[in-house]
Amino acid sequence: MNLALDLFTVSALSAGALFFLAGTVGLIRFPDPLTRLHALTKVDNLGLGLVVLGLLPHANGPVGALKLVSIWLLVQLSGAIVTQLIAGAVRERGPRE
Amino acid sequence: MTILFFADVGLVLLVLAIGASTIFVRKAFDAVIAFVVYGLLLAIVWVRLSAIDVALTEAAIGGGMTGMLLLGAVARLRSAELDSPRIGLRVRLAAGFFCALVASCLAGALLLSPKAIPTLAPAVMENLVHTGLGNPVAGVLFAYRALDTMLEKVVLLLALLGVWSLAPNDAWNGIPGLRVYERPSSTLTFLAQVLPPVGIVVGIYMCWVGANEPGGAFQGGTILAAMWLLVIVARLERAPSIGQPWLRIGLVVGPITFLAVGLAGLVLANAFLGYPPGYAKALIVAIEVTLTISIAVALTMLAAGPPKQEQQ
Repeated sequence: MNLALDLFTVSALSAGALFFLAGTVGLIRFPDPLTRLHALTKVDNLGLGLVVLGLLPHANGPVGALKLVSIWLLVQLSGAIVTQLIAGAVRERGPRE
Repeated sequence: MTILFFADVGLVLLVLAIGASTIFVRKAFDAVIAFVVYGLLLAIVWVRLSAIDVALTEAAIGGGMTGMLLLGAVARLRSAELDSPRIGLRVRLAAGFFCALVASCLAGALLLSPKAIPTLAPAVMENLVHTGLGNPVAGVLFAYRALDTMLEKVVLLLALLGVWSLAPNDAWNGIPGLRVYERPSSTLTFLAQVLPPVGIVVGIYMCWVGANEPGGAFQGGTILAAMWLLVIVARLERAPSIGQPWLRIGLVVGPITFLAVGLAGLVLANAFLGYPPGYAKALIVAIEVTLTISIAVALTMLAAGPPKQEQQ
């Protein structure tokens, strides 16, 4: 049981780390702000989501698990809205390179 | 353990690189962004050193609040930059020299310190039970170094007075000139409606939990201030004019409570800022709550900047 949970944690964390890596590469390599934002949101949603999912079995009881999930939800909310605001600003002023 | 060691080395290199980039980037805006990243990385460093209290404060103040103040300063400078003469090489060299001097003095003090650094930590842990607190950091801040903690909050008020004194004469008691989002934006409005209820609960929780676990007045107050600023920037609520009586009361209620408890300690506990036995925790929590209010108001008004408009 413990081994299965550990395996689950390791695989979820690795998948999350992969998303972080891919998102970072996208942030550096993509040509314009909108596609860079697109790369970043994947990191926020999936990367952090997988990391939180992987940490859940090791959380400090149900309250600890709830805190982890609410961190993910808060980052989702702020990430999505900040992305919208930046994209709106880019659309208004045009991309500046 | 080796993986953690390499992670730590990587973290140190990152901090140094970001620190260097704050100095070497050309534009002030880029330097401020690098500074915010630097603050967040430092917070991770503090976590690695098991100093969660410091990490929270660094992330909230060093990364968030200072970053916002500096961004405001950059926006002001940008309009002034065009018609001011460029700073000469001699002044730049002198500034660089003095910065390097301070840095090398600090580095020297750290590197040349005696092997066994004298510590009072065991004594603190031994006597922590008398304060009724579970968090040794809160114990040190409010029992052993209470005078420092109190003066720290007074300094915050002095800083705010400094900002307010930049106001033109006819704008005194006016409304702070915080730049709000120009067009009504449905997304920002949504965030400013959804986030504050959550943030206020988190801020109060931070303040309350500070007695036993990492957290406290500064961390909680910063979160409350951030929520207030969000509401102001999204134009859901105007910034209050600085002459409002409730605002002034909110600013001083924390330091005054602290001072009152300290003076009462002269009579009840035979020492300034001493707590009568048995009441230490209740008094400290009361001080923390009022300090949280004062810090939240002071930080919000600091970020909102000097008053600009006449009160209507």
